[in-house]
Amino acid sequence: MSTAGPAASPRSEPRRQRSFLLIVGPLVLGALFLMAPMANGQQPVGTTFWVATLALAALAVAGIRRMAGFEGRPLYATLTAALFGVWVVYFWQLLTVALAVPQVLLPAPWLIVLSLVENLSRLGNDFTQTVVKAVIIGWVLGSGLGFLVAVAIDRMPFLQRGLLPIASLTSTIPLVGVAPIAVMWFGFDWPSKAAVVVLMTFFPMLVSTLAGLQASNRLERELMHSYAASYGRTLWSLRLPAALPFMIGALKVNATLALIGAIVAEFFGSPTSGLGFRISTEATKMNMTLVWAAVVVAAVTGSVAYALLVALERRVAFWHPSVRGKK
Amino acid sequence: MATTTSLPAPPLGQRLVQQGLPVLVVLGAIVLLWYGLTVWLNAAGAIERVLPSDSPWTWQDLVAATMDMQRPVMPAPHQVATDLYTSLTGNPLDSPRNLLFHVAVTAQSTLVGFVMGTVLGLVLSVCIVHSRTLDRALLPWIVASQSVPVLAIAPIVLVILGSMGLAGVAPKAVIAMYLCFFPVTVAMVQGLRSPQVIETEMMHTYAASRWQALWMLRLPAALPFLFPALRVGIAAGLVGAMVAELPTGAQAGLGARLLTGSYYGQTVQIWSALVMSALLGLVLTAIMAGIETLALRHRRQA
Repeated sequence: MSTAGPAASPRSEPRRQRSFLLIVGPLVLGALFLMAPMANGQQPVGTTFWVATLALAALAVAGIRRMAGFEGRPLYATLTAALFGVWVVYFWQLLTVALAVPQVLLPAPWLIVLSLVENLSRLGNDFTQTVVKAVIIGWVLGSGLGFLVAVAIDRMPFLQRGLLPIASLTSTIPLVGVAPIAVMWFGFDWPSKAAVVVLMTFFPMLVSTLAGLQASNRLERELMHSYAASYGRTLWSLRLPAALPFMIGALKVNATLALIGAIVAEFFGSPTSGLGFRISTEATKMNMTLVWAAVVVAAVTGSVAYALLVALERRVAFWHPSVRGKK
Repeated sequence: MATTTSLPAPPLGQRLVQQGLPVLVVLGAIVLLWYGLTVWLNAAGAIERVLPSDSPWTWQDLVAATMDMQRPVMPAPHQVATDLYTSLTGNPLDSPRNLLFHVAVTAQSTLVGFVMGTVLGLVLSVCIVHSRTLDRALLPWIVASQSVPVLAIAPIVLVILGSMGLAGVAPKAVIAMYLCFFPVTVAMVQGLRSPQVIETEMMHTYAASRWQALWMLRLPAALPFLFPALRVGIAAGLVGAMVAELPTGAQAGLGARLLTGSYYGQTVQIWSALVMSALLGLVLTAIMAGIETLALRHRRQA
C-alpha cells in the first residue's frame, strides 16, 4: 500500500500523509486485533468484540473510499480492488474464527492456505492431471481445429452459411453434458476430458475466426486486389491479421470454457486425481478446506491463463484500436 | 444474415433457399456422419455379441445389427428418436419415466436462478454505476471472476446449503443464479454507462434527479446491452442447474438423468437426455430472443 504515498504529487503533503494513515492504519489495527483473545476464538464473542469489529469495518470502508478517490494512474484502480480484496478476506477470517463458524459452512482463509500448503503435492498432481493434460491439450486441439475448419471453408460460402447458424446455436446448448459419453468412449483418464474440452472450444473459435475473416474492409481488400495479390497472400497479409483480435477473444473465452469442461467432466468419473475429482470427492467427505484449496488452484489457473492471453494480445495485436489505447 | 437497408429484401422463398438450404444440407451431413459413426463404433460389439459366431453373416446383417443394439457405443439417430418418442408419449407427465418431467425439474431451477441472478445483477450494476467506490473496488473482482471456472464452486454451495437444511430447488437455483449474475452485471454496467455526455448533460439541465436519469435515460440505453447478457446468462444457468444435479444424487432432472444413464451404461438414455437438454437450451434462448425483439421493436426503425 506504500505506493499511495509518492503517487499524489499535486496533493498537499499533510493530506497525503492523512490518506496514507487512513489506508494503512486500519490494516495495522486489524492485524493487531486478530491477535486479541476475543477475536481468535478463545473467548465467547461479546459486545466489545462487536463494537471493535464495527469500528474496524467503518475504518476499512473509509480507507477504501479514500483510495477509490485517487485520480491519475491506472495503478490506483488496481490497488483499490486489491485493498477491497484484502479487507474481504480479513473479515472472512475474523468472523469465521471469532464466531466459530463450522468448517463445513465456511472455513477460515488461513485454514484454506494451510490445507493448500499441506496438500501441495496432491494438488500438484491434480493440476497436472486436469490442466496440463486435459485442458491444455483439449484447448489447443479444439481451438486449432476451429481455426483450421474456418480457414478451410473460407472459400465455400455455401458451407459457411450452413455451418455458421448451427455453430452459433451451440453456445446455447449445455455441451458439457457429453461428458458421460466421452467417459464411455475414451475411458476415465484425461483423454475423455480433453475430448469434452475439444468439443466445447471448437465452436467459439470457428464462429470467431469466420467473423474475423470478414473483418477487413472493402477498401483494404481492393488494395490487395490492385496489388494483384493472390488469395493466399491476401489471407496471410491482410485477412488473418485482421482476424487476430477476434481469434484471441475466442481463445480467452475458450480458456475459461476449457477449465469448466475439464472440471465438470471429472464430476462424471475420473481416475483418482484431477481438480474436479478432488472437489467432488472431498466435498462428499466434508473436507471443505481441501475443496476450497482446489477451487483456489482452479481460480488462479483461470486468471493466469487470462492474463497470459491478454499479454499475447498486446504483443501480436498491438495495432488494433482496442489494444492501442492501453499502455 | 446481413441484409443491408439500402437493398430491398429478397422475397421470402428466395431467402429460405439462400439461408435454409445450406443449414439443411449441413444437418443432413451430420445425420449421415452420425449413422456412419454408429456402424463404425458399434461394429466390434455387434460382431462379438449380436451376430452368430458359428454361421456366416453378410455386411447387411452387420449394419442392421449395429443400428439395433441394446447398449450401443453410439446409438443410431432413429434409436434416440424412438426412445424420446416413447418416453414423451408413453408415460404420464408426472412420471419419472417421462423426459418432460425431468425437463420441467431442470427448467424450474434454471428459471428461478435466472430471475434471482438477473435481479441481483441489475441491483448490483445500478449500485456500481452510482458509486465510485464500488466501481473501483468491486467491479474488477466481478470482471476477473469471469475468467475463473465458477462452476467448480458448485459442490461447495451444495454442501453449505445442504448443511443449512436447504434441499430441492434452492441449491440448484443458487448455482444457476451466480452463473447468470456475472454476465448481467458486467453488461449492465457497460450499458448504464453507454449514454453520451451530451445526453447526461441534458438530463442535468432538466434538473433531473439521479433516479429520473436512471429511469429515463440510463436504463433504456442499457437495454440493448442487457438482452445479449440475458441470453448468455440463461444458457449458463442451464449448465449450472444441470451440473448442480450431479453431486447431490438428485433423482430428477436432466443432469441426474445423464448421471444415472452413465452409471448403468444406458447410452440411449444419455443421448435422449442430451437431446432434450439441447432443445431446452435452444427454447430458453429463443424465448429470451423473442422478448428482446418485443422489447426493442420500436428501436429497429430508428
